[in-house]
Amino acid sequence: MRFTLRIWRQRDRDDTGAMVSYPVDHVSPDMSFLEMLDVLNEELVRRGEEPVAFDHDCREGICGACGMMINGMAHGPQRATTACQLSMRHFADGDTITVEPWRARPFGVIKDLVVDRSAFDRIIASGGYVSVPAGSAPDAHALPVSTSSAEASFEAAVCIGCGACVAACPNGSAMLFTAAKATHLGLLPQGQPERYVRAAEMVRTHDELGFGGCTSMGECTAVCPKSIPLDVISRLNRDLLHGQP
Amino acid sequence: MAVTGAVLLVFVVTHMLANLKIFVGATALDGYGRWLHSLAEPALGHDGFVWIARVVLLLCVALHITAAVQLTRRAHRARPFRYRHRRPVLGGYAARTMRWGGVVIALFVVYHVLDMTVGVLNPNGIAGQDYRDITASFGRWYAAAFTMIAVLALGPHIRHGLCGALRSLGVPIGRGRRVVDAVAIGVAVTVTAGFLSVPLAVLTGMVR
Repeated sequence: MRFTLRIWRQRDRDDTGAMVSYPVDHVSPDMSFLEMLDVLNEELVRRGEEPVAFDHDCREGICGACGMMINGMAHGPQRATTACQLSMRHFADGDTITVEPWRARPFGVIKDLVVDRSAFDRIIASGGYVSVPAGSAPDAHALPVSTSSAEASFEAAVCIGCGACVAACPNGSAMLFTAAKATHLGLLPQGQPERYVRAAEMVRTHDELGFGGCTSMGECTAVCPKSIPLDVISRLNRDLLHGQP
Repeated sequence: MAVTGAVLLVFVVTHMLANLKIFVGATALDGYGRWLHSLAEPALGHDGFVWIARVVLLLCVALHITAAVQLTRRAHRARPFRYRHRRPVLGGYAARTMRWGGVVIALFVVYHVLDMTVGVLNPNGIAGQDYRDITASFGRWYAAAFTMIAVLALGPHIRHGLCGALRSLGVPIGRGRRVVDAVAIGVAVTVTAGFLSVPLAVLTGMVR
């Protein structure tokens, strides 16, 4: 297959950046989107040009490192799929594909398609943890957890922190991420002591970092590679309201 | 946003139901108006209830708009660089038109108060003659058209607002999503149809 790629190129944080077009040939339909970018980069290196920088790690859709806007969609056109798991067979031969980095003020572009997602770490540090007494490991069945709590908690815990929700949100809100992290802890017995403080602190940090507010547009859940439901935001709001004096 | 929206929705539904009295006749509608103004008169005095309602509604509108402006400004600050290529937002017509739809509704409310309550923009404009005020106003095609545009903006606003408000108030919808969606659409369509019926009836000569 053959494609024309329009890619955002930006040397460093201070560079203004621009879209640059590259033809790429000899792409197999079985290749992933990132493997297709590898083919382009090999060609760029051969020509003595700077390869396109992009984040990637496991390439199995479980680490959350990769992520880019592909034709205006976070992680591309395939639902519940990360960019590394997106096959080129979902594109038509000869297509022009636009590739841009996540865009949000708290996510500064470091280089090309690589953005600084440390804002997510700030949100986690402000409440996305449980405090447990140190010592020997507790008995596996010491704390009973109902199946429904475990299921709902796990539905949120599958968040890989890729940032697609922020990238897709018309408000630039990170509410789906924040809510997923607060919910997966808040639904388990270990997360109860800090439940309401956690919700309040994580939302406060989220707002201070400059993310936008949620208006229930639902773009986040549509692009989420783990299909995290909007209901986690309802649960976060409930904890938030409950914790208010 | 959710709480003020809920208060405004209760008012809008009541207003729509009261409007339907126009199909009963002039006496019924004007009588309802007189009853409303005299509500709780022994305790609050004439117009006392109406003025309390006006103050509460105005406060809700002000807070509702303030919250909307804050959210919009935060959204603009959160994404200073736009995407070159952006797929249209999935959230549907209702979700996309919350902001501009809200502006249309706000402008209409200002006009509507000057027309029907204050009476300065009404060709009849006599207090207590609600029926004649309405037929005189909607007798002009542009007044009826503006009303219908605003009502058509209100429908999707209610549809998205109801679902969003539930989420803001912390109600996980889960498997009941289809039911909630159906109820929200039902309320939106009922309110829209109810409000549309009056200007349409005047325009077609059903009510004169």
